Amino acid sequence: MSTTTRTPTPSDTVASPRGPERPAGRRRSLLRSNWLGGLAGWVWMLVVMVPVYWIVISSFKTQSNFFASNPMLPPDEWSLDSYRLVIESDFVRYFANSVVVTAGAIVPAVLMSFMASYAIVRGGDNRFLRLSNSVFLMGLAIPLQAVIIPVYLIIIRMRMYDTLGGMILPSIAFAIPLSVLVLSNFIRDVPRELFESMRLDGASEWTTMWRLAFPLTRPALVTVTIYNALITWNNFLLPLILTQDPEKRTLPLALWSFQGQYGVNVPAVLASVVLTTLPILVFYAIGRRQLLSGLTAGFGK
Amino acid sequence: MSAASGTASDAPSVTRRGGTRPGALWWLAVPALLFFTVFGVLPLLGVVGLSFARWNGIGAITPGGLSAWRAVLGDPGLAHSIWVTFEIMAVSWLVQTPASILLGTFLAGPQRYRAFLAVLYVVPLLLSSAAIAVTWKALLDPNFGLGAGLGWDLLSQNWLGEGALAVGVVIFIVSWQFVPFHALIYQGGVRQIPRSLYEAAEIDGAGRVRQFFSITLPQLKYTVITSSTLMVVGSLTFFDLIFVLTAGGPGDATRVLAVEMYQTGFLGNQMGPASAIAVIIVFSGLVIAQVLRRLGGRDPSASELEGM
Repeated sequence: MSTTTRTPTPSDTVASPRGPERPAGRRRSLLRSNWLGGLAGWVWMLVVMVPVYWIVISSFKTQSNFFASNPMLPPDEWSLDSYRLVIESDFVRYFANSVVVTAGAIVPAVLMSFMASYAIVRGGDNRFLRLSNSVFLMGLAIPLQAVIIPVYLIIIRMRMYDTLGGMILPSIAFAIPLSVLVLSNFIRDVPRELFESMRLDGASEWTTMWRLAFPLTRPALVTVTIYNALITWNNFLLPLILTQDPEKRTLPLALWSFQGQYGVNVPAVLASVVLTTLPILVFYAIGRRQLLSGLTAGFGK
Repeated sequence: MSAASGTASDAPSVTRRGGTRPGALWWLAVPALLFFTVFGVLPLLGVVGLSFARWNGIGAITPGGLSAWRAVLGDPGLAHSIWVTFEIMAVSWLVQTPASILLGTFLAGPQRYRAFLAVLYVVPLLLSSAAIAVTWKALLDPNFGLGAGLGWDLLSQNWLGEGALAVGVVIFIVSWQFVPFHALIYQGGVRQIPRSLYEAAEIDGAGRVRQFFSITLPQLKYTVITSSTLMVVGSLTFFDLIFVLTAGGPGDATRVLAVEMYQTGFLGNQMGPASAIAVIIVFSGLVIAQVLRRLGGRDPSASELEGM
């Protein structure tokens, strides 16, 4: 379906919105002697992977084995003790909270952003829509950290302190600006003739939006969904500021308190890191391309 | 309401206008705008307002005039926070930019193994800053960390217990987390450089190094501006990582503006001064972004022709 749009979709390539040009002519010269880049590439791989490797193997060591063994060697006996301990420490509840907050924020945020983008692209010369567009563009420059105090005030006044909803509402709002930017750029590339033919068939704008634009925008929708899900899943500040009750914690905050709770039980701390990251890695394995294009969305130039 | 916008199939006068019916769709943008206004725009105004108020975070909010600003600007702690913030900003820029350009150029090559390396590089981007901080804190622990386990004295220093070391550690971890992101941006930039430039250079006998400095780097000018803006403005809001890693310590060695704001407001119950610090954060970000944009010039399309 997306081939009809004739435009390169963000999923074509990792970071280049224009699509990869893989010039055969450069292949030779690049292969020839970029030894510095090659060295940096492999060194960086070690810099990234050594800590990751250490986290994983250490989390399977028992506490005594952890202190006694060579830290870079895998455990003699793979132990699940740390994982058992973390799961028994209410991990499931924090996990469920994170799922509720992420899903509860991202689904409405993406749908609202899609509708707004459709209106901005298809609504013609309308003062309200132009204003909305500039508000969203300006919103890209507002960091959540800087406005957290008024957000806290608003959430208390709405009597939503210590609720999952209290974390969901600001998450929705801060997912909107980038989503609108990415989605509206994408909808703009849908050929006009397709809208025309829908209209000649007598379809309303509402029908056109869901039946034509929505399926054609799917790659971009997946991108913003995954990207925003990652941001929301990893958010630490909102649960820190907006909750007090341990039962309302989401995973990043729980991780912080695990660290205080387990202290020197390093394998347990690392097991909690692995468990909180696992869902993201699964997501990454499924939607790697969309995620990468989402991470660099809008920064192509 | 949607039915009203359906038109008869033979309405050439409407088709002529390119399929737009001004005004018919505006309401679709209302929910998104409403949400962002309530939780984005209002708080932005609110934080300015609160910086002129007295509030302990629980009780009533009363007008405070300039007292919050006077307290913040007269506090030597603020000057220190600003210094630490800009120190981390500048040094991490200096570390990250060359590394990202080098890795980005490397990743732009067509070889399969480079794509595979890119997959691994991105792993730190997926982790939450809290997870990264927790991990490195364990890894760098002088008694239980990697250095102690391997018995290497060089690695088993009290990394987070000494001011200068702690700042270095923060900069290192920030780079660990974000270099891959900027490398991906540079990868995109390098792939957009016209191949003909390299072919011409090759005919002229320019070597790889010469090509890099005479073509790749000048052509990446606007990518450098974009990446630097994100890096620098982003570093103003570092909170999670530093808060979990050092909580601003040891002493106040890593107390950046965002941590100072949190401690003043949510631990010290002085929301007025905390809001003033938040205003300083927003304002610095806008100023820096503007300066970088000026530095980059106004016409991004010019880059295509540079050096041709």
